[in-house]
Order: sequence, then C-alpha cells, then structure tokens
Amino acid sequence: MKKIEAVIKPFKLEDVKDALTEAGITGMTVADVKGYGRQQGHSELYRGAEYVVDFLPKIKIELVVADEDVDNTIDIIINSAKTGKIGDGKIFVSPIEKTIRIRTGEEDEDAI
Amino acid sequence: MDLQSISYVIDTFFAIFSMTLIIFMVPGFAMLEAGLVRTKNVTAVLMVNTMIYAIASLAFLLIGYSIAFGDFGSDSMSKWAAFLFQMAFVGKAINIMSGGVSERAKVLPLALFTVIMGGFIYPVIVNWSWGSDMLAGTLLDLTMYDLAGSTVIHSTGGWALLAAILIIGARRGRYPKEGGVRVIPASNIPLVTLGAFLLWIGWFGFNGGSVGSIASKENADLVALTIMNTNTAGLSGAIIVGAFMYFRYKKLDITMVLNGALGGLVAITAGPDLYDIYTPILIGSIGGALVVFGVSFFDKLKLDDPVGALSVHLLNGIWGTLAVGIFASNGEDITFLGQLKGVIVVAIFAFVVSYLILFLINKIAPLRAHNDEEMQGLDVEECGLEAYPEFKRAF
Repeated sequence: MKKIEAVIKPFKLEDVKDALTEAGITGMTVADVKGYGRQQGHSELYRGAEYVVDFLPKIKIELVVADEDVDNTIDIIINSAKTGKIGDGKIFVSPIEKTIRIRTGEEDEDAI
Repeated sequence: MDLQSISYVIDTFFAIFSMTLIIFMVPGFAMLEAGLVRTKNVTAVLMVNTMIYAIASLAFLLIGYSIAFGDFGSDSMSKWAAFLFQMAFVGKAINIMSGGVSERAKVLPLALFTVIMGGFIYPVIVNWSWGSDMLAGTLLDLTMYDLAGSTVIHSTGGWALLAAILIIGARRGRYPKEGGVRVIPASNIPLVTLGAFLLWIGWFGFNGGSVGSIASKENADLVALTIMNTNTAGLSGAIIVGAFMYFRYKKLDITMVLNGALGGLVAITAGPDLYDIYTPILIGSIGGALVVFGVSFFDKLKLDDPVGALSVHLLNGIWGTLAVGIFASNGEDITFLGQLKGVIVVAIFAFVVSYLILFLINKIAPLRAHNDEEMQGLDVEECGLEAYPEFKRAF
C-alpha cells in the first residue's frame, strides 16, 4: 500500500475527484493548505503600495491505494490537475504499514 | 392650521429626518473602520465607535449645546428637533479622529478625550461659526461660509487626529527600520464598502439638513440642489480616483476609490447650496485627487492612518472651505481671505487644544496599547471578545 499526497490548484479539485471516481478509486481526504514552490508568491497592491503574498492557497489530497493502483492513480491526478502553467503542484508517494477500517476492523487492502 | 404652524411642523420633521440620516453615519464609520483594520482589532474599533456616539452626544446635551448656542431654543421648529439635529454632528468630528488611530489606541483614553471634545472643543468652534459667536466684533471673528462643516467638523476632526497620531505613533511594524512602508491590508472589503455608502447616504442629511428649512418653495429647491450637489461631488471623487489608480498602477483599489468618494463629499460640504450643478464635479474631482496624493504623502511623513482620515477629512475639509472662496466668493460676506482665516483660526485652536488635552490624558491613562497587547490584538485584551473567533489571524 502507498499513500499518495498531491498538492494541487484549488479549482482543479473537482476534476481530480471526478477522474479518480470514474477510475474506481474511492475515497480521499482533502485539506486547504497554503504554500509556495519555485513559482514563489505574487504581489498585490493596497492603497498605492505593493506587497508580496508569500503563501498561495492550495488543496492537498491524501489517498491510500494498493500497490498495483499507484501508477494509474498518479497518471489520473497528473492528467486531471495539469494546466501547464507554473504552480500546478506536486505528488508525493510514501509507503503505508497498515490500514484499518474502524467500523469493521478489516485490515490493509480490504480496508482501503 | 395656519401657514406658520405648517412650516413649523414640516421643518421639525425635516430636522428629525436629517438627524436620522446623519445617525446612519455611526454604523457608516463603524463598518468602514471595522473593514479597514485587521480582524484582531475589529471589536475594539466597534466599541470605540459606539462609545463615541453615546458619550459625545451626552456631553453635548449636558454642556456642549449651551456653549455653542447659549440655550435651547428655536422659533422656526421644535427646539428639541433643533437640538437633535446639532447633536447628530458631534460624534462625527470625533469619529474622524478615532478611526485614524485604530489598532493601537486604547478605548478608555479615547472615551475620556470624547468627553472633552464633545463637551468643549467642538462646541467652542461651533459657537464661533454657527452659534452665538463669542468672537463677534473681534479680529478673529469667523466670517467663513461653511454650510455643513468642511472646516467646523471635518478638518476639526482631522486636526485632532493629527495631534493624536503625533502622540500615539504608528502601528507596530508599519514603518520598518530598513525603510519603506509595510502594507497591512484591510480584513473585510465588503464592510468597507457598506460603511462608505452608509456615510454617503448620511451626508444627504448632513448637508441637506444644514440648509435649515424646507418649508417653502425656495427652500425646498435649495435643499434639493444641496443634496444633488453633495451626491455629484461624491460621484466625481470616486471616478477620478478610479481613473488615477488604473492609469498609475493598472489596478483598481476599491478602498481608495471609496476614500475618493468620501473625499469629494467632504470637499463639497462647505458650500453645496452655493454652486451651480456643474461646479461640484470639479470640486469633488480635486477632492478625490487630494486623497490619492494624501495617502502616500502622510505615509512619507510616517503618520500612520489606517483608514485614510487625514486625507479624506483634513485635506478635503481645508480644500472644501477654500473652494467656497474660489467658486462662490461674492466679495462681501464670502471672500477667499475670509475662508482662509476660518481655516487657520480653527486649525490652530483645534490642533493646539487637542494636542494639550491628549498629552494630559496620555499622562494619566496612556493612549497607546502595550506591545504585547497590540500584537495579540486589542479585541482580546480590551473587550474580551474577538469579532471573528473562528477565523485564522491574518498576522
């Protein structure tokens, strides 16, 4: 099992969710986050003075999938979250030791 | 009912109606200021605005009105209506001052100053200009024409604010040691917009009501012209600032555009009943231009004014009063020099007395919040209640 974390542009969340659901990957956790990468922040203007907004709003998606679904999931996220412009985000993959469904006690791939 | 009674009733109604419109400026100032400050100081700002209305009005009832006008009295309308209309103005002069020191001035010393300003400083200026005139016959006698108070209210409040800023200083971190200006953005733009438009609506009572009577064909025309010219100046102030911001920065800053509208409204306030219907376009435009110029000018002087009150009320109060001398001088009772003298006499009195009083208050109850308190926000320390408890702090 692997955990896939993807930081994406907020307005792409619906597209990513729909594409994953269509591919039969159910369930994800999302959070509003702020951050910046190579793109840095952007500057805004307030009462004639410029200032830099360092942290831009992003969405972080977390989902855990079986090993054989990892590549497919990554492809789906890339295809549905990509705009080609700077700031599209990143995907991180990390191993998961154990997964348990609280309601039934099922474990690992049965619990995903 | 005879004709005289009818006009008495109509003018009483008109004064109370105008007073009601002016009181809409209380939430106007409150919302404008609450939107322009950071979320951590919003409750304190609203508290100050509420206390000013209450304390200033009561001080005016108990002391100020007698200083300004001698006694309660009016033949042309109910004397209570005449009082209520005058009372509605008092808080405005102090609101101007309190807004500019937001985010670092404590509530209690501001309340103390409100007692003095509502009970003494403002009433004395009213006495000289609209009231029983204790300076009559002296060299200092004010001959300026100031229908609704470009000088009497707006620059008076502006001078008190300048004195307060000099004593209190800028918000922490506003002017960093390495130079420049650190931007502290507004927390709620929709509230700023609501506040500005409430002020705008209040202005129709402010200026329209100051004509004093509506109960004849001529006066009805004059009131309508006054309100129309008031509105025109606000419109042109907004447009000129919008155009300027776009050409200079390629961005349309709504807080500046609204300040521009208010600047135009202050500028027209001295003589909206004297102009033809086109002059207010020019007066309001210059008013808006002064706001754009003023905001960066006061920042260069490190006079920190989160709401732009110095530019809107002080600069335009002066400009509006001088504009009467330029556009409506009749060479006899209205002259440019007469207008200028009014500006200067009121400036010296309002600034010097405010400075002394604020200096004394500062010794007894420090005006400025402690650094920790300012960092945490005045809401928690002063009021024990955050305006937006579930919001993340902007800073």
